[in-house]
Parts: sequence; structure tokens; C-alpha cells
Amino acid sequence: MSARPIATTRTTAGLATGKLAVWWVIVSEIVIFGGLLGSYIMHRLAHDSFSAQAAHTNMWIGAFNTLVLLSSSLSAVLAHQAAEAGDGRKAARLIWATIAGAFTFLTVKGFEWTSEIHHGFTITSSTFWSFYYTAAGLHALHVLAGAIIMMFVASSAAKNLELHRVELIGIYWHFVDVVWIFLFPLLYIAK
Amino acid sequence: MAAHAHAAEHTHPNYVKIWAILVVLLCVSVAGPMFGHKIVTLITAFGVAGVKAYLVAKNFMHINIEKRFIPYLVITMLVFMLLFFAGAAPDVMKKEGTQWEKPSWKTSPAASAAGSHEGAHP
Repeated sequence: MSARPIATTRTTAGLATGKLAVWWVIVSEIVIFGGLLGSYIMHRLAHDSFSAQAAHTNMWIGAFNTLVLLSSSLSAVLAHQAAEAGDGRKAARLIWATIAGAFTFLTVKGFEWTSEIHHGFTITSSTFWSFYYTAAGLHALHVLAGAIIMMFVASSAAKNLELHRVELIGIYWHFVDVVWIFLFPLLYIAK
Repeated sequence: MAAHAHAAEHTHPNYVKIWAILVVLLCVSVAGPMFGHKIVTLITAFGVAGVKAYLVAKNFMHINIEKRFIPYLVITMLVFMLLFFAGAAPDVMKKEGTQWEKPSWKTSPAASAAGSHEGAHP
């Protein structure tokens, strides 16, 4: 009897169960983030005051964090390529680079939020700031969750074990990147 | 195991080149508002965001070589999102509708601009 986990060997829908589960998570997340961003857009279109409030967000910080996430997506997909070639050690190194990107993103976010709160812009300041902290905060939680999961994936990949997980966490990480790609213009550019 | 064979079959594109294109598009997004035209800003911000998301989904998430039901599942969720928007937007964006109104919006432009819902009547 095989000792390999069912996530890599069993398939009920034409693709491995583990990958199916990740896509199921992602399509569920589309509804969560989509509902939130859709609500933001309808409020933004209806209320002129959002424009004045959005003027206080710093586009350059948002752009820097976008660059960080795009670059971390690159290292994640290169890790997937290395894992497919059977090079677990290289995949692990690239995942650690992705984790470094995640923590860079969160650190920048921490400084940004501290500055904004010091300037009096809190989650209760106005509807715009409620959306801002909820959407960016929910996204940041996904970044943190991804970073923690990647630590486990990197430690097993370094031993050339469970290399299929490199692709699975990569798919999740790219989705987190895609969400930010839409959050950036909504919160930082459209003023 | 068929899934593994399927995954191993595809050839990897030049990921660094795709990343470079994404960075150029990011620069376009940032430069857009500098022209001072609302339409240009909307295109460079949201049009470019759509292109960036497509590039990431296609080249990094490999959605184009995934089983067909995966992109269909994603599209279904996006349609649900649009349905939600179409259903909820009138209540959020309009001052009044069938058997309901927002009196404070009708009397005070400031309340309307701020999105205050005080005094809303069912």
C-alpha cells in the first residue's frame, strides 16, 4: 500500500485533490473579496467625499508594495519550476525569498498604517477609511497566512519532500497578488 | 497520476520577462494620474489592473492549462459578483426607490456626499 498522501495521488475531477482544494479556496475568496470591493466601488461612485479621503493615501507606498508582491510572485513561480525539476533545495530558497517579500509587504503596511492613524485616519473616521482598513487588513491577513504556510512548505521542500505543495501554495500566493493588483488602483490611484 | 503527467507536460514561459512586463504596467498605472485626465487615469489604473491580473492568472497560476472547469468556476464566481453589484448598487447609490427613501440625502447634499444613512425610511 502506498504511503503517499491522497492529495497527490487521488483525483476525482481530473486534477489532484490538493490542487482542487486550493482552487476551491480561491473561488470562495473571489466572492469574499469581490463582495467587499464591489461594495467599495458602489459607495465610491455614490459619494463624492470618498475622493477627498482617498487623497490622503500615499500612492508611492502602494506602488512599492505592488512591486514587492509582483516580485514575490516571480520567486513563487520560479520555486514551482524548480520543484517540477525535482530541485527541492532551490525551490525552498525561492520560497524563503517569497516569504521575505511577504514580510517586507507587511512591514511597509505597518509603517503606513501607523502614520495614517497618527494623522487621525482610523477605521471609524469615515466610510472610506472603514473600507480601507477592512479591505487592506483582510488582504494583509491573507499575506500573513500565506507566509506562515510557506514556512512549512519550504522546510519540507528543502528535504525534497512534498514538492507538489510548492505549486499549491504558489497558486494561493498569486491569487493574493491579484487581489492587491485591484486594491492598489481602488485605494491609492482613483482619487 | 494523470494530473501529475498533465502538470509535467507544460513548458514554462520566461517568467522574468513576464515579471518585467508587469513592472512596466505598474509604472503605467502610477504615471496615469500625472496626465490629469480622469479617463486616462481610469484606463491606466483599472484597464491595466485587468491586464496585470490576466498575465498573473495565465502565466503564474497557469489557469490556461488547468482543467477546463477551473476557469469556468472562476468565471462563475465573477458573474456572481456582478449579480451582487447589480442587485445592491441601486440601494446604495440612489436616494429613493420603490417604498423606500433616504430623506437626509434628499434634503442635505452634504449627507449624500458623505454617505450618511441617518433618518433613512424603509
